[in-house]
Amino acid sequence: MSSATTPPDSDPNGRRRIHSMLKLYYGLNEEGKAADQAESLDPCDINGPHFDPEVYLNKLRKECSLGELMDHESCMVKQIRSLDSDMQTLVYENYNKFISATDTIRKMKNDFKKMEDEMDCLSANMASITEFSARISGTLQDQHAQITKLSGVHTLLRKLQFLFELPARLNKCLELQAYAQAVSAHRRARCVLQQYSHMPSFRGIQDDCHVIMEQLAQQLRQKFRDGGSSAKDLSECVELLLQLDEPAEELCDKFLSHAQSRLEADLQGLEAELKDSAVTDTGGGSVQKTSPGSNPVSPSSSVINPFLSPTAGTDILEFIDRGCNEFVSSLCLVIASYQELFINRPQEGELASKNIPEMANGKLHVFVDTLAARYFSLVERRIQEEKGVSDNSLLVRALDRFHRRLQAISKLLPGSAVPSHGTEIVVQAARQRIKQYLSALQTFYHDSLTDVRQALAAPRLAVGGASASGGGASSKDATPSLPELLASLSNFILNQLKSVLASVHLFTAKDITFSNKPYFKGEFCSQGVREGLVVSFIKFICQSSRQYCESAGDRGGSTPPALLLLLSRLCLDYETSTISYILTLTDEQSCSEITEPLCLLLDNIYWVNTIEPRNVRAVMKRVVEDTTSIDVQVGLLYEEGVRKAHSSDSSKRTFSVYSSSRQQIRYAPSYTPSAPMDTNLLSNIHKLFSERIDIFSPVEFNKVSVLTGIIKISLKTFLECVRLRTFGRYGLQQIQVDCHYLQMYLWRFVSDENLVHFLLDEIVCSAAHRCLDPSPMEQSVIEVICERG
Amino acid sequence: MEDDAPVIYGLEFQARALTAQTAETDAIRFLVGTQSLKFDNQIHIIDFDDENNVINKSVLLHDAGEIWHISGSPADKAVLTTCYSKTSESRVLTCAAVWRMPPEWESGNHESPDDSSNNPQTLELLCHLDNTAHGSVACVLWEPMGDGKRVISLAENHVLLWDLQESSTKATISSSATLEGKGQLKFTAGKWSPHHNNTQLATANDTAIRGWDLRSMSQIYCIENAHGQLVRDLDFNPNKQYYLASCGDDCKVKFWDVRHINEPVKCLEEHSHWVWSVRYNHSHDQLLLTGSSDSRVILSNMVSISSEPFGHLVDDDELSDNEESQQEDKGKEPLQDSIIATYEEHEDSVYAVEWSAADPWLFASLSYDGRLVINRVPRALKYRILL
Repeated sequence: MSSATTPPDSDPNGRRRIHSMLKLYYGLNEEGKAADQAESLDPCDINGPHFDPEVYLNKLRKECSLGELMDHESCMVKQIRSLDSDMQTLVYENYNKFISATDTIRKMKNDFKKMEDEMDCLSANMASITEFSARISGTLQDQHAQITKLSGVHTLLRKLQFLFELPARLNKCLELQAYAQAVSAHRRARCVLQQYSHMPSFRGIQDDCHVIMEQLAQQLRQKFRDGGSSAKDLSECVELLLQLDEPAEELCDKFLSHAQSRLEADLQGLEAELKDSAVTDTGGGSVQKTSPGSNPVSPSSSVINPFLSPTAGTDILEFIDRGCNEFVSSLCLVIASYQELFINRPQEGELASKNIPEMANGKLHVFVDTLAARYFSLVERRIQEEKGVSDNSLLVRALDRFHRRLQAISKLLPGSAVPSHGTEIVVQAARQRIKQYLSALQTFYHDSLTDVRQALAAPRLAVGGASASGGGASSKDATPSLPELLASLSNFILNQLKSVLASVHLFTAKDITFSNKPYFKGEFCSQGVREGLVVSFIKFICQSSRQYCESAGDRGGSTPPALLLLLSRLCLDYETSTISYILTLTDEQSCSEITEPLCLLLDNIYWVNTIEPRNVRAVMKRVVEDTTSIDVQVGLLYEEGVRKAHSSDSSKRTFSVYSSSRQQIRYAPSYTPSAPMDTNLLSNIHKLFSERIDIFSPVEFNKVSVLTGIIKISLKTFLECVRLRTFGRYGLQQIQVDCHYLQMYLWRFVSDENLVHFLLDEIVCSAAHRCLDPSPMEQSVIEVICERG
Repeated sequence: MEDDAPVIYGLEFQARALTAQTAETDAIRFLVGTQSLKFDNQIHIIDFDDENNVINKSVLLHDAGEIWHISGSPADKAVLTTCYSKTSESRVLTCAAVWRMPPEWESGNHESPDDSSNNPQTLELLCHLDNTAHGSVACVLWEPMGDGKRVISLAENHVLLWDLQESSTKATISSSATLEGKGQLKFTAGKWSPHHNNTQLATANDTAIRGWDLRSMSQIYCIENAHGQLVRDLDFNPNKQYYLASCGDDCKVKFWDVRHINEPVKCLEEHSHWVWSVRYNHSHDQLLLTGSSDSRVILSNMVSISSEPFGHLVDDDELSDNEESQQEDKGKEPLQDSIIATYEEHEDSVYAVEWSAADPWLFASLSYDGRLVINRVPRALKYRILL
């Protein structure tokens, strides 16, 4: 703001609004702020810079009524008053501040005057002090110089004396084996002697010293080489040798080789132990594989021999312990002293320039790595020998100790690959352990499966013999063991799995150091245990079940379907996703067992000229028998399931009447040649009205559903086979008889008997189509034949 | 609905044999042979009018017996072969013959369709593929894309290569091979490979698939236990010479690379009963059609083993918007093998499926009750493959 007549300009900021309003009031703003503050150009804006009272008044007069004008006026007056009072306050405030500022300045002026006087006085005093001190030093000058000289002579003399006495002293030290003193003394004298070596007397001393020191070094080296000395002695030796300008590299090498020889001895001890245990292991190896816990299902599996415990040599914990105590601890000691000697020592003069620490560090790393590698390989071998699954806690503890000791190394030697390698070994061991568990589980599973098979096969044979002689009644006492078998099998597997998991759990226990490693925290649990062990075991179960199914399919029913059923139930217990698959397979398997004879039969007979049927064929009887036995088996494992309500007359006798009436109604016209198209027409009409039967609805886990599936697929297969043949008159009749027989017995197994009716109708109908001379048998005759069969 | 509804045609008789008229590349035409023991059998020539979505049929009489297999000559559209069963006294023998359709069937049919069905014309017999010495014929195969002069018939355990001479009126055996082994061996299906200059043949007997070299008439490979149970049908990938699809009673469809016969390349288990027929699409070999006695026809998209490169880039949104009601589960990624559709128009076992020779997006399936269903590949998928 340029104009000087504006008191509000000096106003301290704070009341911006009032400030600007005042400025506006005094019309100051026009040139100053219009540029950066785009204010309204409206002449009617009373706060705007372009306010034109004339226009404003005119506008008001035009727009407002009298009352409004009055109001406006009073409002305006009020505003003006408040603005005026604001301005007054501001002026007052500024005035007060001016006054106080003037007061302050005046006071300051007075104070400064006093201070100036005091400063003058001070400078005068200082000048006098300087003068006095100059005088004193002048008087003392001579004496001081003399004293300095004398003291210089004294020190020199003492040094000389020391020099002259040095050989004797060194000799004495040598005698007393105070090598450290000798070395330090020599070191002190060395450079002086070097400097004055041109004087014969000093030369003599130097030579003497040299000889003595040579001797000393010799002794030290001897001591160093001997190796019998303790690590501390050794390190002292090395230190002294270093001070004697012995080449550090050589020393490092010597030191390390010395240490190595000792560590080698440790390692060899370990190796020898390993060999011993290997020998004993092979002796007791077969015993090791047996799983723990009693095993009633597999009495054949060997019992653990109490005299040949799985770890006949030393157990792994002992081994690792020994390794740790001997090898690792001495390794640590070596590393520590080495570092003390070569790496961490204060660097002085010429030693620093040689860059010893780096060189030494490199050597140390190589040394540690090679030794550790050997040790690790030993440990690995030992761990690999640890095949038995039983003593997991030992292994874990051993691994833990191993890992913990390696941590010490890692602390000592931060850059080393040893600890990570060690962790790797631990991880490897854990993985291997898991694999072993898996295979143990698998063998166990196989064993128990074989046992189950045997258990199944034995009664089966018995039944086979019995049924050959006396009919299928004896099948009942053969199969009740099924649920027991299942229960025991699943229990064993579950227990196995549980115990395995428990022992694997040790790996991640809180007090185990390596359980904190990221691997053990994450990957081990998810990848190793979950994927590697549990899932793959379940997969294995499924796969083997599947193999059973498939191999059965290929080789033609060598696996008893009961086994498959067992498996399916087992899978149901473990993992629901795979069961339906197994179950379908089971279904198919059972079906092919039933249908195979059917198909074979159809294949083998010249259907065009068979003899008149007199009996139900044996195959059909077998089918019914098989179905019954399957029914019993499935019933043992699965719940009954829902059956559609039976028609009230579905007892055997009435059923046959019922069905025969149905059949006659349906077929009677169709077999007469006079109505050629009727067959198709009728069956088509029938199909139109009958519900479409889904032959392949998914199987549920209950007996009825499983059996319904089996029967449906069997009959469907029968149908397909029939359609591929051409029949003679008696062929058709035989089929009629067979179907009726099946109808009599199969309905009871399925959820909806109409299914069976429909499919059997379809079979007879198709047979009739495929018949060269379709003259069906009398229904009553069929019934008689079937009753008789 | 964007996709056209299937067209259904019903035959009066039961039927198993279906073929596309191979030599006809303009009209969509299928041949169906009926199976009836009591009445005269027929061959239905089914023309499908794509634009109007209607079927024109004409019927030719085939009075030799019920037809088990039919196939059309690749060179002359009027010539076809059938395998039919002949009953004499107490024996049923399946024979094979080459036939010519009467020249008038087409014109006659178009002028008065009613007449032709009432008064069907008879096929003209060109020659028998005499098999009295060899037993029942399972199928007759024309040389693929050949000149219609060579056919192979599979009779019991014999492979017979015939030369048709004098405009197919005379057939002579030019070479033959016999499958030896224990048990009663019997070919169930075969396919003449369109690759390797038509010198290879694949046959199925029981659970094994065998490859034959037609020059030396010797076996070149054998996939033992290709399926758990009987192998029902085979088809060669039209574009990848070593690839072969097979199907069988174990409800599976397997894909084989005949250079590595130990393991199938891929295996589909979508059907719940025997798979009777498997067919590659002639031009887009990722499309695979299977028919099964669970009365379903399944169209699968086997992208991962097709000759066409992966990933035709199509906006996924575009696809998902389309109302493909039958499409069960179409993977969002273009790379995935998937079932495109399951067709459930049949109520009886489907014994034959066939792609049209003229329109690669159209196929027919035939079930035992004589129902022929003509379907199309879903349009969205068609565009996706084409664009």
